This record gives sequence, C-alpha cells and structure tokens, in this order.
Amino acid sequence: MTVTPHTFGLRRPMIACATALVGLTLAGTASAEMARVQDPGLQPYTINGAEISEPLTAEPGDAKRGKALFINRKMGNCLTCHTAPIPEEDFHGNVGPDLAGVGSRMTAAELRLRLVDAKALLPESLMPSFYRTAGLRQVKKDFVGKPILKAQEIEDVIAYLQTLK
Amino acid sequence: MGAKRFGGLAATILAMTLAVPAFASDAKDDPLAAYRSGEMYSGYVTGDPSSREIQDDDMMNPSFLWVDKAAELWTTADGTAGKSCADCHGDVESLKGAATKYPTTDAATGKFMNVELKINDCRERQMGAAPFKFESDELLGMTTLVKLQSRGMPMNIDITGPNEKWFKKGEEFYFTSRGQLDLACADCHITNEGMYMRAEKLSQGQPNGFPTYRMKWQKLGSLHRRMRGCNDNIRAEKLKGLGEDYLAVETYISWRASGLPVETPSVRK
Ligand code: HEC
Ligand code: HEC
Repeated sequence: MTVTPHTFGLRRPMIACATALVGLTLAGTASAEMARVQDPGLQPYTINGAEISEPLTAEPGDAKRGKALFINRKMGNCLTCHTAPIPEEDFHGNVGPDLAGVGSRMTAAELRLRLVDAKALLPESLMPSFYRTAGLRQVKKDFVGKPILKAQEIEDVIAYLQTLK
Repeated sequence: MGAKRFGGLAATILAMTLAVPAFASDAKDDPLAAYRSGEMYSGYVTGDPSSREIQDDDMMNPSFLWVDKAAELWTTADGTAGKSCADCHGDVESLKGAATKYPTTDAATGKFMNVELKINDCRERQMGAAPFKFESDELLGMTTLVKLQSRGMPMNIDITGPNEKWFKKGEEFYFTSRGQLDLACADCHITNEGMYMRAEKLSQGQPNGFPTYRMKWQKLGSLHRRMRGCNDNIRAEKLKGLGEDYLAVETYISWRASGLPVETPSVRK
C-alpha cells in the first residue's frame, strides 16, 4: 500500500504510517502492530502497538522547558483544547480530556505516540499530530515540511506531562 | 471519508430542521428563540453579552456607518451607463427577501454568485462600472445594505439543479481536514460546537449574520474574511476571497443555516 503525502482524503491510519517505511513492518493484528515511520525531514521512529518506546533524542526531556512549550500558543498550545493544573493561565479549553494526573495514567512511551501522531492510534482523533510532515493538505507555506514541535520539544513536553501525577 | 460520513449527517440535519414544531412550546420561554431554528443556532447564542447588546441597538452598531455610506452610493450614478442602483431597483426596500436565496445561480448569466458577486455583476453589466474590490468598504457596505433588507427573514437556499455541485463541493471542503493542525471546519463547528477552545466558545459557525462587525477587526468584515481567518488559525494557506472554494463553502453553510433568520449586520468579539 502506497500513500503519498498528497493522497486525498487520507486520515493516515496505522498501516499508512508505513508510508516512507524504511525499516520493517512486523504487521500482526491491528493492535500489536509495529511500524517504522519516517516522515520527510524528521527523525525516524518505531510505533509498537500504542507506544513509541524509544525517545526521539539522546538528550532527556526537560520538564521546565516542556511546561513552557505546553502553554506557548505558537508552540504546543495545548491549553487550547485541554485543561491542565496550571492555575496561573486563564481560559483552558475542554475539547480534549483534562490532563491532570495524566502522568499516572500513561507511560512516557504512550505519551510519545499521543504527541507524535495521535491519529496513528485513533484515526478519528482531533488532536493534531505534533511530529508529522506527511499526509497534510493546504498547509500554510511557512510550515510546509515542518512539524509543529521538534524532536527535542516533544521530549520536553513528555517530561512535563510525566510530572502531572 | 468526509463525503461518506456526511451522507447520514445530511439526513440527520434535515430531520432536525423538519423537527422544528417539536421545539415550539419551549421556544416561548427562550429569550434566544429568534436566533434558533430546530437544532441550528446563530453565533449570537454563544456570543458574549456586550457584543449582543451592541448588535441589538442599530444606533450603537458601528456597521451602520458603512450602511449609511452605501445608501448614498445606492442613488449615485457610476460607470459608462451613467446609472445608479436606484435607477433600476428603485428604493432599496425592493430587494426585501433577495439575500435569503444567495448563493445561487444567476438567471441572466448562468453564473453562480453570492450577494457580493451579484452586486459586482450589476456594476459591470448594468452600470459599466468597475467591480468593487473584495473587502473594500464599498463592497462591505453595499452587501450589508442589501442583506439588511432581509433581516429577520429565514435563510432559504436552493441546493438543487445547477446549485447542487456547489453545495457538494462545499460539503466536501467542510469535512476535509487541512493545515498543519489537520482540522476540518466540521471538527470545530459540528463535533465540538459548544465546547471551549481557551476563551472561545465554539459556535456552529453560521453565516447568517455576515457581514459582521468584529471587535477584533475594529471593522465590518465579510464571511470569506472569517473563513480565511479560520484557515489561518489551523495553519492552512488562506484561499482567495470570493474565489470558488469559499463560495462553495458559503453554499454549504448557508444551506446548513436554513431557517435561521438573516441577522446582518451582526456584532461579534
Ligand atoms: C485541537 C485539539 C487538541 C490539541 C491542540 C491538543 N489535544 Fe490532546 N487530545 C485532544 C483530544 C480530542 C483528545 C481525546 C482523545 C482523542 O480524540 O485523541 C486528546 C487526548 C490527549 C491525551 C490523552 C489523555 C488521556 O487521558 O487519555 C494526551 C496525553 C494529550 N491529549 C496531550 C496533549 C498535549 C501535550 C498537547 C499539546 C502539545 C495536546 N494534547 C494538544 C485534542 C487536542
Ligand atoms: C480550530 C477550530 C476551528 C476551525 C477548524 C474552524 N473554525 Fe470557524 N471559528 C472558530 C472559532 C473559535 C470561532 C469564533 C467563535 C465562534 O463563533 O465559533 C469561529 C467562527 C466562525 C464563523 C463566525 C460565526 C459567527 O456567528 O460569527 C464562521 C462563519 C466560521 N467560523 C466558519 C468556519 C469555516 C467555514 C471553517 C473551515 C474553513 C472553519 N470555521 C474552521 C474555530 C474554528
């Protein structure tokens, strides 16, 4: 199955993650799927079921930077859709679930897939894929070929989410 | 994909529209009943109280600065034919109800037009005058003056015959995700209507109040400007105002607004 970045109407399901598949797809049932994904210009990663087990960078995530990225409207802008234990910020959204306690509910590996490409897990998810450049349409020129967050920034946000116990 | 998903939804929306009488008894106690039609409601319902207060009072609504200028233009001759709008139409009140049917296929030219494009068509073909530019004060004012004649009358778009392909194209657009954030109009204005994105309460994104005076713009603005803004917010390339894509989306959302009263000129934050 070939899926080009411009395939019309695609919501990039699990299999389609194998787009620019460099490595192997040890495809079993949908839930126990393993896929190596490489979007143009991005660090390759491996999806293992509901997880991306390996960090995207060698440098560990920094929770303090992660919190700033989480809030920043030009970066994560997570408060647009989520409520989080950040009382100093006004107006949290409620399109997605409250993230209080998410660090106890989910592991770093699970959080990584959520952030990198929530649609690989739930094709109908409304949550943007923060580390993805393929399969999008009508992208504003300044952002073509760029992910919403860079690899290190993803790791930083994960480190922050893990503090939400 | 989108279109398939929508088949059922179209039927649902239609059923909801037909179900209006069922709500009629509640409607009496609802001060916002005039802004609803079945399950559909205008942005007035989710709007903030101070914007509503200004919209409720034509003396306070700054849109009328544009309307007053447009009323002068209505009787001003322009173009090689030396005619004004009034020379053909008489009093602007003669256009009562006209705006409720747009966008639609123009009988004379066979072209598909919204109110803005129809105004410019009159200027070019009847007056021999240059079309007003997209988002110019003249076009915003004249569009508002024309739509004002239908204020309170229900939107009533025909999506059959030559209009159908525009409707379909708009529906397809509305349900297709786009931009770096990969969101569709429907993700915000159908799936999440009533929810909050930070301080913004998501409405159904209805078109019946446009042109609208928006506090953020400090100016009257068109529906296509609003769509360009919504596209920009999801980091999607903005498309051409009065171009085919937004004209098609206008058709789809104007159909979705069937039964909602024309509210032009609305006021939003
Ligand atoms: C446009 C809306 C939107 C934005 C922006 C968004 N999310 Fe989400 N998020 C959702 C929705 C909706 C869900 C619920 C599951 C789903 O549909 O994917 C979700 C689910 C999650 C979950 C799983 C929570 C649980 O308890 O299962 C995590 C973790 C998460 N988001 C983190 C983030 C972070 C971190 C950011 C910013 C970097 C972010 N989200 C930005 C909409 C969004
Ligand atoms: C990321 C969320 C999001 C997406 C996607 C989105 N909008 Fe909006 N839209 C908003 C917000 C927030 C507002 C302001 C509050 C409101 O009225 O809903 C708004 C307002 C509007 C309004 C004004 C409603 C009024 O009563 O004044 C229209 C019309 C509209 N949107 C149409 C669209 C169309 C058409 C699309 C797709 C091209 C679209 N929107 C995509 C978030 C979005």
